[in-house]
Amino acid sequence: MAAPGGKIDPIGQFEIKRIVPLEIGGLDASFTNSSLFMVIILGAISLLMVWGTSGRALVPGRLQAAAEMSYEFVASMVRSTAGDKGMKFFPLVFSLFMFVFFSNAIGLIPLSFTVTSHIIVTFALAALVILTVIVYGIYKHGMHWFRLFVPSGVSPALMPFLVLIEVISFISRPISLSVRLFANMLAGHITLKVFAYFIVMLLGAGAWGALSILPLAGIIALTAFELLVAFLQAYVFAILTCVYLNDAIHPGH
Amino acid sequence: MDPVAAKWIGAGLAAIGMGIAAVGVGTIFGNFLSGALRNPSAADGQFGRAFIGAALAEGLGIFAFLVAIILLFVV
Repeated sequence: MAAPGGKIDPIGQFEIKRIVPLEIGGLDASFTNSSLFMVIILGAISLLMVWGTSGRALVPGRLQAAAEMSYEFVASMVRSTAGDKGMKFFPLVFSLFMFVFFSNAIGLIPLSFTVTSHIIVTFALAALVILTVIVYGIYKHGMHWFRLFVPSGVSPALMPFLVLIEVISFISRPISLSVRLFANMLAGHITLKVFAYFIVMLLGAGAWGALSILPLAGIIALTAFELLVAFLQAYVFAILTCVYLNDAIHPGH
Repeated sequence: MDPVAAKWIGAGLAAIGMGIAAVGVGTIFGNFLSGALRNPSAADGQFGRAFIGAALAEGLGIFAFLVAIILLFVV
């Protein structure tokens, strides 16, 4: 674990390693450890949902209760934020929530890889959401959808500035949506790794090694906190997706 | 000034913005909690809204983080 020369290397855990090198037309399409963990995440979600709903007992067991709770949780979130018309986007929001939550949670297992700690993964998810909003909004409302950028009841003198601000705030949505998730995962895992190095360094410092119990207690508390963050960031990602989809379904202020 | 030193100082200054965003998030949840303690029956319905507000306030701190990351690793 410790880098050569006793230097702290908290970034090394995010390194992408090629497992099956593959190149298609000059593009690097290797099967990496990131791809491997995406497959593991999809397998875990499918296992939970298929296995959990196969029994269909009247009094649910633990697995069925977990599957039903996640379904109910996301369904009530979509219904309360985007309305009944938003329920046609329920599969999208549910897939996003489960993927983000499982990748955050599986990433907390020591020596595993966090898919969402890479900006390109979270940005791809955020771009999918925003493109869905734009395409569905224009398909459903045509040019009227652009009223989203024009607040009502504003004096004409202020209008150009407000439209500019609305456009900038819309463009910054995919950026903030993706960077929020990526930054939380990155910062949390770096903090965990730095605390882990404290233990190693104290153990190597002779009598001070007795103090290494303190960072160990800290890392346990931080892991519990990171589990909360893992759920919270998945929740925030899903509810902001609902808020943005609501703009596509019901534009205008 | 040494450009590398200026880069690190700039990244440190950008971190102040993240602290200020923390003040905003704390204000939102503090006010949510004080409102929820006054009227607990209405708290559950506003839970999602509190999180949307916190996420939006956090978004501006995220831009400060982005500035720090770009200074450290891209520029």
